[in-house]
Amino acid sequence: MDDLLRPFEFEFFRNGLIVATFAGALCGLVGVYVVLKGMSYIGHGLSHAIFGGFAASALLGVNFALGAGVWGVASALMINGVTRRRVIGADAAIGVITTASFALGLALFALFGRRGRSFDAALFGSILGVAQEDVWAIIAITALVTVVVFFGYRSLLFTTFDPEVAEASGVRTARVDALLMLVLAMSILATMQVLGVTLIAATLVIPATVARMLTNSFSRMLLLSTIIGAVTGFVGMNLSYHLDVQSGPTIVLVGATLFAAVFAITGTRGLRRTVGIHEHAASGVAPTPAHGP
Amino acid sequence: MRSASVPELVCLNRVTCAYGAQPVLINVDLAFTPDQFSGIVGPSGSGKTTLLRVLLGTVRPVAGTVTRQRGLRVGYVPQVEAVNWSFPVTVAECVLMARTHGRVLPWRSRVEHAEVCKILARLGIEHLARRHIRDLSGGQQQRVFIARALLGQPQLLLMDEPTAGVDVATRHEILHLLDDLHHGGLAIVLTTHDLNGMAAHLPHLVCLNTEVLGQGSPRQVLTADVLERTYGARMEILEHAGMPIVVDRYDPADNVVSLRMPSA
Repeated sequence: MDDLLRPFEFEFFRNGLIVATFAGALCGLVGVYVVLKGMSYIGHGLSHAIFGGFAASALLGVNFALGAGVWGVASALMINGVTRRRVIGADAAIGVITTASFALGLALFALFGRRGRSFDAALFGSILGVAQEDVWAIIAITALVTVVVFFGYRSLLFTTFDPEVAEASGVRTARVDALLMLVLAMSILATMQVLGVTLIAATLVIPATVARMLTNSFSRMLLLSTIIGAVTGFVGMNLSYHLDVQSGPTIVLVGATLFAAVFAITGTRGLRRTVGIHEHAASGVAPTPAHGP
Repeated sequence: MRSASVPELVCLNRVTCAYGAQPVLINVDLAFTPDQFSGIVGPSGSGKTTLLRVLLGTVRPVAGTVTRQRGLRVGYVPQVEAVNWSFPVTVAECVLMARTHGRVLPWRSRVEHAEVCKILARLGIEHLARRHIRDLSGGQQQRVFIARALLGQPQLLLMDEPTAGVDVATRHEILHLLDDLHHGGLAIVLTTHDLNGMAAHLPHLVCLNTEVLGQGSPRQVLTADVLERTYGARMEILEHAGMPIVVDRYDPADNVVSLRMPSA
């Protein structure tokens, strides 16, 4: 028991644990929309795009939150614009924007060396660099996103499920989509330190997918996904300390284990609920409806 | 259908729509009144869904004008193929989506709950309120989306292929329901591919293939000439119990490509 409680004696661990728990909850909450709108690839790409801003701000000595934040918001709005216009394939355009930004970050580090925040921490996550201001930042962003989701619940739900009818009903779907992209960018920025850009997408997708396997109700899915994300972050961070493995991979592996356990319990019934979500949202082509029972 | 005595809900005047350089609707003149129950028929790609979207207001014409009655409330029921049946919503949650304005709190108010229950009861699906939308029959699924549209108290209900992919019993169920709603004072405009099972039962039809090629009662519209111009294929019209029945007139001699069986 003493071994389990020992890490709590260290401030860096307590900070890391708070950030990981809030980061898990935040990604779990935002991940519901990411999964249901088929934006998993966008989430993955956006986290890589933000790495470019991270590298640039580290080298220029600009405040990380400001530099990577501006970069992230610009990338998010660019991706949102590309996905709405559909001149070329959205996945191809997103791939170009995000991988180019990621490559720029890697090139900047290669050319000018690694300064400021840890390069490895940005890629794979670390609790060592978590400062008190990071704790306040993640709490503030989680609170802000919760407020946005709470008061925008109805518009977000309608836009996510049926954007055409939502627009015809007076919902400004373009604004809702842009808001969602901004929320996603903020969430990635806030969680990058602990989770790392290469693994953030998993923490966006896994809690929401597990929650979807457990419920057929949207409101319950939001709640469950947030709780699952928080628990995964908390457990993953503790295991990270005891196993001496980076926090990002440990949190993702805890999530993956939970997914496997829920799949084993719910079986094909749970998995069937998730079938078609991504395909439908991404392509606009519906899965064959079940005219039963 | 123009009526001098009844004010029009929506009026399309020489409306042309295009996706890029490709015109989808050309010079469409149509008017829909509060007593309307119309079916839009035409082949795939003829602009039926685009016409519904123009009426809905989500597609803007590149030329011509669309005049709507001031404060017109329009309900829309999408094609079942366009619905994401894996989305985690119960019947009650789906119907409540129509209420995005006026209340910012996520959960429904007592008044909203009562309204949802009343509409579900009117459509005979009150007992399904907590079911997931995927766990319903085809007719029940249509009723859920009609309920969502009705919650907005529309004057005009637009439906995209309401009987696509459903069995005969479900088609009858939907026709009866729509007839009841129409007699209750709701104007209905729907698209359909089903000439005999659906279109022939409606009081008014519009034949569309990029432009309007005919409109009127089924007897006026379902003629060999209008249908050939609409579908580009020859059809014969029979009559059964006073209703026109459309049958394909397939002539093997018309085939451009002949299939030859290999000789033994």
